[in-house]
Amino acid sequence: MSKRVVIVGGGVGGTIIANLLAKKMRQELKKGELVIDVVSDKPEHFYQPGLLYMLFGLKHHDELVRDERNLLDPMVELHLHPAVKIDKDKNEVHLKNGVVIKYDIVVLATGSRPAPEMIPGLREGGHWFYEVDACLKLRHELMTFKGGKIVLAIGLPHKCPVAPLEVTYMLDDWFKQRGIRDKVEYTYTYPIGRLHGLEPVAHFAAKTFPKHGILTETLFNMKEVDANKRTITSLEGVTLKYDLLLTIPPHKGAQVIEDSGLGQNGFIPTDKFTLKMEGTTNVYVVGDTTNLPISKAGSTAHFESDIIVENIASELREGLTPFRYDGKVFCFIETSLSKATYIMFDYNTPPNPVAPSALIHWFKLTYNKVYWLTPMGVL
Amino acid sequence: MADVNLKDVKPTITVDARGTYCPGPLMELIKEMRQQPVGSIIELISGDAGSAKDVPEWLNKVHQEFMGVIEETGYWRIFSKKIKEM
Repeated sequence: MSKRVVIVGGGVGGTIIANLLAKKMRQELKKGELVIDVVSDKPEHFYQPGLLYMLFGLKHHDELVRDERNLLDPMVELHLHPAVKIDKDKNEVHLKNGVVIKYDIVVLATGSRPAPEMIPGLREGGHWFYEVDACLKLRHELMTFKGGKIVLAIGLPHKCPVAPLEVTYMLDDWFKQRGIRDKVEYTYTYPIGRLHGLEPVAHFAAKTFPKHGILTETLFNMKEVDANKRTITSLEGVTLKYDLLLTIPPHKGAQVIEDSGLGQNGFIPTDKFTLKMEGTTNVYVVGDTTNLPISKAGSTAHFESDIIVENIASELREGLTPFRYDGKVFCFIETSLSKATYIMFDYNTPPNPVAPSALIHWFKLTYNKVYWLTPMGVL
Repeated sequence: MADVNLKDVKPTITVDARGTYCPGPLMELIKEMRQQPVGSIIELISGDAGSAKDVPEWLNKVHQEFMGVIEETGYWRIFSKKIKEM
């Protein structure tokens, strides 16, 4: 009797896992001993890091989208219907069209999304670039911005932890190029008592922000926004006035995770080494969907995927799951419109950003073009 | 609250932030403090000595309860309680 692996989610993690597993277990697939399904709520695969570039007109929407079917191995079955329930006790995934898929192993790769509704007034008074429509709206605001106070505020949790720094440096450069930097008062706020969660990155920001005239307000966690008065107030009791409020809203996981009782706010309790849902033996969790206190980033999902694929193959073939995720994360950090640095770290090795260079920036731009090889399981 | 009592505390949730450099222990606590219901006790396990100072400072600013810290070998167990909505 054939085994069935069902992957819920067609983002970077889900697609990599489907493709790598199909490659690794080609013979089993050909013999009909294995079936791999991907369940996705949309036909497109979107390269989310491209939004940062779209904000500045450096990427167009068409460049950031591919057909999920075309990215997937032909032997992987794709179901374009949202999952509405995951029953881990009965080993079933229920789709909106009424189809119920029984699985032997399920991988939950449902991701996260900005949830501005969690902060009163944010949807009315704030902007963000983490979604296509919101990004285009903010782009329009920036193009017509003649000067004034910009406040950047950050919610928790959020994906791509270096994005607040990147957008700050890039905006600084962009305003200079437009000749209005001296008319812009830019305040970077951050939830903790330093400028970034990563200490070396915080030191880097503390050293460079004054040179760029970037003001800072630490221990600032969004409480509410007053769109009429154009003010934002923090839990810590500080109120800032703004002309343009740039935010990274707090994120939530997928509704189906909450509705299935698998995790609060859509994030699933996960073992940091095995990447299995706590208390289960056949439920893997990848990327933003975990509740692990690590970066919600594409590279995290990528490195986790390698481990999950090895363990699924090993489990199906010999009943063993010997591989362990070591916490590896890699992130580029744009430090202007022409230079970048990067960080790499794991559970045992702290990050250490190198000096920014044009070369690293070009490397990032190149990766933006060849990204599609990552979900395809090539890069 | 003295350490001896803390050892008997049954947290609502434990966040083990050891070896997780990003986003970091305090960010994890802020996230949980916002998500958990009033009355929840959150145990934060951190390998960063700075957390034992940062956490009470932030809790004081947002008027939530710092229950105390237990220093173990190479890590700290920091207990806090959500006493009001935020």
